[in-house]
Amino acid sequence: MLSDSADMEVSVWRGAGVAGQFENFKVPAQENQTILDVVAWIQQNCDPTLSYRYACRVGMCGSCAMMVNGVPRWTCRTHVKVALQGNRISIGPLRNLPVIKDLATDMDPFFDKWISAEGVHHPTRSRDDAIEQIDPEDHARRQANEGIECINCSVCYAACDTVAGSADYLGPAALQRAWTLFNDARDAGRVSILEAVSGKGGCHNCHSQGSCSQYCPNDLNPMAAIAGLKRETALSFFKRRT
Amino acid sequence: MIRPHRTHALWYAFILHRISGVGLALFLPVHFYTLSLALTAPGRLDEFFRWTDTAAVKFAEFGLVFLLALHMFGGLRLMALEWLPWSDRQKTLAAGAAAISFLISGLFLLRAI
Repeated sequence: MLSDSADMEVSVWRGAGVAGQFENFKVPAQENQTILDVVAWIQQNCDPTLSYRYACRVGMCGSCAMMVNGVPRWTCRTHVKVALQGNRISIGPLRNLPVIKDLATDMDPFFDKWISAEGVHHPTRSRDDAIEQIDPEDHARRQANEGIECINCSVCYAACDTVAGSADYLGPAALQRAWTLFNDARDAGRVSILEAVSGKGGCHNCHSQGSCSQYCPNDLNPMAAIAGLKRETALSFFKRRT
Repeated sequence: MIRPHRTHALWYAFILHRISGVGLALFLPVHFYTLSLALTAPGRLDEFFRWTDTAAVKFAEFGLVFLLALHMFGGLRLMALEWLPWSDRQKTLAAGAAAISFLISGLFLLRAI
């Protein structure tokens, strides 16, 4: 339902690749409206060529993240009232990723780094073996559980200044995935994970600025995961020398 | 201008740690040079000490002690973050480091004036 309030002034990033500029739109304010609703309204009513990415609209798929007033957010679960500054909102593509067009970024570098961090399953058993029994109260299992709700939205990656300053840095999401698998009893890749995250661009590049944990829409804590990797890689280094 | 995604406590803790580190790195060579005057030019050192009695220098020393304490306690927080079991109270610890640094430098200023 439309309210009587004035239209919102919405600036949306337009352009392909590195070239582009903000374009202004007037969008009617509604009582209940997310940032993604605003983007969809512009595409449906002002300019059908506006490009953006979304899928589930309920905060599960992790595809709709954008920079909203300079802060990375999942747009489908961000109410306009949370982000509105006066009567204005600026919406841009995620930081630290190449722009394909308008609000759609190329996520390949983000997912490539998951692979580089050994964020892939290293099985301990085959399909012929019995399923491994996992104690949910086990300390390592609890640590693994803390990171499994990551939806790969790249909000943490966009928030990270270390990613911005170092193209090789694996980033908070990939490192958190590595930490989750490191603590998973069903994963056989502990050594390869520590190798992957201790080299150039690894966990020791993190400056503990905490933006990843500050903006994670699922309240995960990549900074704690990276601190765990720092401890384990350092302990592994000293163990190998003795 | 600080960009919007940086406006949170732990980023401020990070930048203050960096600024205090750079400040101390600039200060230390001057400090050691001044100390060396005790051997090379005691007269100039006495002159320097008289200059440090001025109020502006006392206040600058307060800033210096604040930076030193901030860098030390902020550094201890970072070492604890990386080496001890994780604590969720990082913002509180960072605020505590700033508070205790202000307390120490404030006490220094009260003694100095």
